[in-house]
Amino acid sequence: MSAAESHAAPYIEAQQAQASALPAVGVAALDHSRSEALQLLGERGLPTQRDEDWKYTSIKAITRTRFTPAAPSVECSKEMVDASAIENLDSWRLVFADGFYQPEHSALDGLPEGIRLAGLGEILKTDPDSVTKHIGSAMGEMPHGFAAMNSAFVGDGALIEIAPGVELDKPIELVFLSGCSGEGFLSLPRNLITLGTGSRASVIERHLSCAEDRTLSNALTEIILEEDASLDYCCVQDQAERTFHVGGLFARVAGSARLKATTATVGRAWVRNDARVNLDAKGAMASLDGAYLAFGRCHVDNHTHISHNAPECTSRECYKGVLGDRGHAVFHGRIVVQPDAQKTDSEQSNQNLLLSADAEIDTKPQLEIYADDVKCAHGATVGQLDETALFYLVSRGIEREAARRMLTQAFAAEVLETIEPAALQDYLAAKVSGQLSPAAST
Amino acid sequence: MLKISDLKVTVDGKAILNGLNLEVGPGEVHAIMGPNGSGKSTLANVIAGRDGYEVTGGSVSFMENDLLEMAPEERAHEGVFLAFQYPVEIPGVANIALLKEGLNAARRHRGEKELDALDFLKLVREKLKLVEMKEEFLYRSVNEGFSGGEKKRNEIFQMAMLEPRLAVLDETDSGLDIDALKIVAGGVNALRSEDRSVILVTHYQRLLDYIVPDYVHVLAGGRIVRSGDKGLALDLEERGYGWIEAGDSATA
Repeated sequence: MSAAESHAAPYIEAQQAQASALPAVGVAALDHSRSEALQLLGERGLPTQRDEDWKYTSIKAITRTRFTPAAPSVECSKEMVDASAIENLDSWRLVFADGFYQPEHSALDGLPEGIRLAGLGEILKTDPDSVTKHIGSAMGEMPHGFAAMNSAFVGDGALIEIAPGVELDKPIELVFLSGCSGEGFLSLPRNLITLGTGSRASVIERHLSCAEDRTLSNALTEIILEEDASLDYCCVQDQAERTFHVGGLFARVAGSARLKATTATVGRAWVRNDARVNLDAKGAMASLDGAYLAFGRCHVDNHTHISHNAPECTSRECYKGVLGDRGHAVFHGRIVVQPDAQKTDSEQSNQNLLLSADAEIDTKPQLEIYADDVKCAHGATVGQLDETALFYLVSRGIEREAARRMLTQAFAAEVLETIEPAALQDYLAAKVSGQLSPAAST
Repeated sequence: MLKISDLKVTVDGKAILNGLNLEVGPGEVHAIMGPNGSGKSTLANVIAGRDGYEVTGGSVSFMENDLLEMAPEERAHEGVFLAFQYPVEIPGVANIALLKEGLNAARRHRGEKELDALDFLKLVREKLKLVEMKEEFLYRSVNEGFSGGEKKRNEIFQMAMLEPRLAVLDETDSGLDIDALKIVAGGVNALRSEDRSVILVTHYQRLLDYIVPDYVHVLAGGRIVRSGDKGLALDLEERGYGWIEAGDSATA
């Protein structure tokens, strides 16, 4: 057995042990997709650094621990939920403990007509046929063993379904608390967000740790936007140091629909994100942005893949990272323009600010263009704080540390300032500021 | 207020100031003139504490303290202000954030209470008038996309906010049209007081029509080669720097 396979073995065993207890067992489509995923996990195993897409990201720290999937009976306390609230944020809220929906802590009052907002597990038990066709549909090809693991265990997560023409006037917030089961547990939430033709919504997905325990969170979100739909989606990753987070974001965008997805990695966890966006029909548009901090010994890896599958689609991608101490970040931005995708308009940038000599970034743009009438621009930068700007600020009496913080925040602001609502933007700015203050560094 | 004795400075191993002496008393306005490359900007930057200037000899004392031992932010707290020749653009940092942080850091240093939002805004509005700038300007990023004139007005605005004891204006007049020059000069004149000193570093006499100095010094070859009153500036205007340099070498 190879290392990749042996690392996957405990999770295959665990899945087999509890397969019969997963919701919607016996629903053919789901049985099939779970067993297919399990088989793939067995064949491919968990990634190693020999995989090109994992060259700079070692999962050794994960494979040292044999994580146990959390049980559906897991609970979290009201204190944990209250402590997670964002000030001044008015939202409909679903709370999850180690990936399992907690209705008693959720806030769904006053939901308008045309929205289905629920735990995926509930729906799988009561009305599986309404969702099975969507599960896995935005992902397409399974990118790696972690996505296969999540797919083999599909059991709970958030379901957000917006009917055609419905426009939401406040955001939906998904709060994932990990570590509720204690040390060594694994959470595997699976989220499904579908927006019908011409609908509009805003979704905030937050991942938090409720303890300092060693945990693995393998979270996967699928987004399906029908014609003219518009979604603002922000994923906030703010977990503690001993959390491992493998995030997947898979989106399909139909004609003239618009996706704005931002990932803000502002905690101290080990993070690997895979984002894949398919622009499927004429006039589809996506902004895929990210802001990440890598301090201490943090590792943050963002792999993105935008595929222009139809003419006249637009993509904008901007990832900005601030690295300090011995932080390590990876960015790999792949953009594929398919032969039919004439008049593609695509821009990508990855900018990194290195605040210490020991911090490290590996950045790689990858453009594959198979159409001839396209506009594609990309660029990557790695730099330090601008000494001239720093002197300008201190010459005005600003303390050196404060000046460094101001310039660093200004650097991240390009991404953070586009995030709505304002309460979330303020919250993220405070998180960034907190990480930059001397007390936070190790 | 400021006493510079036999100051010697090198930049990248090249001697720029070669034993400069200058004394500035409270409330005095001194103009430092001189041809390009004479060391005018070096003097301004050394006073503000910019990196890259190596002091190889002499001393600078400010309010009886050794200025050269102080970090740039400490100098600012003690009341030194440099209006930059080339103000820096800082995208993402709002003007108002810079001013608030700078002003409050100085207040903390002096053991004073930080200004609350209301008092701060009141002060800001009053000072904006001085340089004829609109309030919306506060929320723009520092100098980003500003015209040359706006940048220089912003320097004077910052100076007005920070109320320094010693303001060093490094070629603040360069690149200004006559209207902007009048606004800038008006701002500086409004701040003149018995206990505030000003050093005007300039290449041209034009600025001195609007900010009338008490003393004029001519810098050449890294030293002050001639000092006088405002009449000296007029002579320079008429006869050029060649006259001083030639005279200097003839008498040396």
